[in-house]
Amino acid sequence: MIQSNIHESAPLSGFTRNDASLVLAHILFAFAALFIGGFAGLLQGLVRGGMITLPGGIGYYQLLTAHGVLMALIFTTFFIVGFLYSGTAKTMGGKLLPAASWLGWAGFILMSAGTALGTIMILLNEATVLYTFYAPMKASPWFYIALALVVVGSWLSGYGIFYQYRKWRKSHSGKLSPLFAFMAVATMLLWQIATLGVAATVLFQFIPWSFGWVETINIMVSRTLFWYFGHPLVYFWLLPAYMVWYLVVPKVIGGKVFSDALARLAFVLFLMFSVPVGFHHQLMEPAIPAFWKYVQVVLTFMVVVPSLMTAFAIFATFEMSGREKGARGLFGWFRKLPWSDVRFFGPFIGMLMFIPGGAGGLINASNQMNALVHNTLWVTGHFHLTVATTVAVTFMGVAYWLIPALTNRVLTPKVNRLGMWQIGIWAFGMLIMSAAMHTVGLLGAPRRTAYTTYMDNPEALGWMPYQVAMAVGGTILFVSLVILVVNIVLLMRAPKGATEYVLAETSADAQPTPRILERWGLWTGILVVLVLLAYTIPFADLLNHSGPGSKPWVTW
Amino acid sequence: MHLHRYEKIWLMFGMAMLVLFLAVLGAGTFALGMEPPDGHHIPVDPEKVAETPPFDNPGLHHVGGNIYNAYMIAHVFGYKPQNMEIPLGATVHFQVTSVDVVHGFQIVGTNVNLMAIPGAVSHYTHTFDEPGEYLLLCNEYCGAGHEYMATRILVK
Repeated sequence: MIQSNIHESAPLSGFTRNDASLVLAHILFAFAALFIGGFAGLLQGLVRGGMITLPGGIGYYQLLTAHGVLMALIFTTFFIVGFLYSGTAKTMGGKLLPAASWLGWAGFILMSAGTALGTIMILLNEATVLYTFYAPMKASPWFYIALALVVVGSWLSGYGIFYQYRKWRKSHSGKLSPLFAFMAVATMLLWQIATLGVAATVLFQFIPWSFGWVETINIMVSRTLFWYFGHPLVYFWLLPAYMVWYLVVPKVIGGKVFSDALARLAFVLFLMFSVPVGFHHQLMEPAIPAFWKYVQVVLTFMVVVPSLMTAFAIFATFEMSGREKGARGLFGWFRKLPWSDVRFFGPFIGMLMFIPGGAGGLINASNQMNALVHNTLWVTGHFHLTVATTVAVTFMGVAYWLIPALTNRVLTPKVNRLGMWQIGIWAFGMLIMSAAMHTVGLLGAPRRTAYTTYMDNPEALGWMPYQVAMAVGGTILFVSLVILVVNIVLLMRAPKGATEYVLAETSADAQPTPRILERWGLWTGILVVLVLLAYTIPFADLLNHSGPGSKPWVTW
Repeated sequence: MHLHRYEKIWLMFGMAMLVLFLAVLGAGTFALGMEPPDGHHIPVDPEKVAETPPFDNPGLHHVGGNIYNAYMIAHVFGYKPQNMEIPLGATVHFQVTSVDVVHGFQIVGTNVNLMAIPGAVSHYTHTFDEPGEYLLLCNEYCGAGHEYMATRILVK
């Protein structure tokens, strides 16, 4: 059945050579980063499980820095830019405009240069500060410059998408933009607004301070700017996964987009409620009054609304397409889903794992309840379900058809089957690792900590079986990564042919979409107001009551 | 914009849960006094912590009844004072700061879980109703010896 699905006389995906190279460069770079970061993760798991000690002066925290930077920042950003550019070309004119293409390549070069420089600094042990680089630990200034290059590069990539979108709307006046384009713009707009925080702290605080041009740094201001960026960062990862769920999955299962208007509304709500919420990462910190923490907790929980809308739309699409195929009864549609198609299986596993992932997130953000889990392995378990499963396996599911679509090759039944195994093994390994992390975190085991028994403390000794389970899960995950690399090589050498660029159409009986949803000025304006409401008073307080600040420390 | 009847029910149920949930969190925070740790605004110079009251005299200080203040300093890679003893049933107001980088301050098996931040002071109150030896550890990466940064608290 699967063969016929994939080879179904799909039109040539029809990317121009240049567009295909640009997208493919991003995707392959992303998976290379994922593999290296994953190898670091494997070693960390084995160290913390007490199974190995690291040879040759490699530090645990050095590996942890590489793992976080390469997987959470580099893999995600490169994949997202590549995926968004593919759909930008596809849905707005069939190819990238010269300026969009130029901005895309400029972004790629800056981000790659930043990644290379940052990785060198980490390998030289000049930047063992983890990917959150909390002051006053001071890395080499070149590490901060590397991060700035990545961020500025991603800005250029975003400008390219905005440019193509503006041109499209000008030449199609009065028409509704393609849903993919709308969602890509929302994602990149979120990114531009969110990265202002991290750019401010890196450019105005970290770089002058790390070069020694200023003596001290205001810690609370830098942390607040970081977390102003740090939470929308997770929505920057998640929104492209949602794009796949809204736009790709319906097509794979033979259905249509449930509601264009509600999909756009959900993205607008995500845009507005994922930024003014950074304090829920700082609930255990001094100098931020409880009232302002609670205000941001309330705003954090507003994303429940678009999340529920998304869940409804997905299940509605599943049910409607199943019934069209003749499913009966309340749950008969479930058996009609294309269970042996990796293009469905990847994103579906992502959705499934997002149920416990999202529930854990509600706990983390729950004001005083955060005290139980803050900085424990519970949190690590949480984001290994969300970004490292939901987002990662959705992206992997995309790669299995996007790579052949870009290279005019076919997704062979063999690679499809291997892809199912790869994603299944990933999910299995993650269930073990994440369950162990959640449990041992509740018992109190800290995150970001090398192997230790705290001088044979009985409680810490009790954590050890879970840490062994984490190592087992991590090893299984690495097996999945090796299969992924093999699959990518097989895809790059697959027979020539046509692979469909999978995008669903909107259901014919869908209601018209209100034009107000496309008024970006309005939504950005509301977002700015929300940010000012949530941050102005407490942030001014942090600026005005800053003490003497901190000198740099190198403690590794 | 058209909403399907089932979607309306689904969203209304979701929003009702949301309001209830936030009300519980808010009531717990503001009516029952279960605030997340707070901190005062008197900045401490991280380089002069040892001369700045109350940290010039770290340790457990009796306030009255079974109530104590605990002034504690986090540093690479340990805490002052070490192996503190606390009387059983004591209510302890912790005040914690750091003299160098950011540290964690987590007492395993309790809700005490603070950030020790140079230049600021974290506050939290906890009542120790169970006797025994508690593990106080650093749960924020602070450098090469981070995994050794811990001490005991004895409640008896």
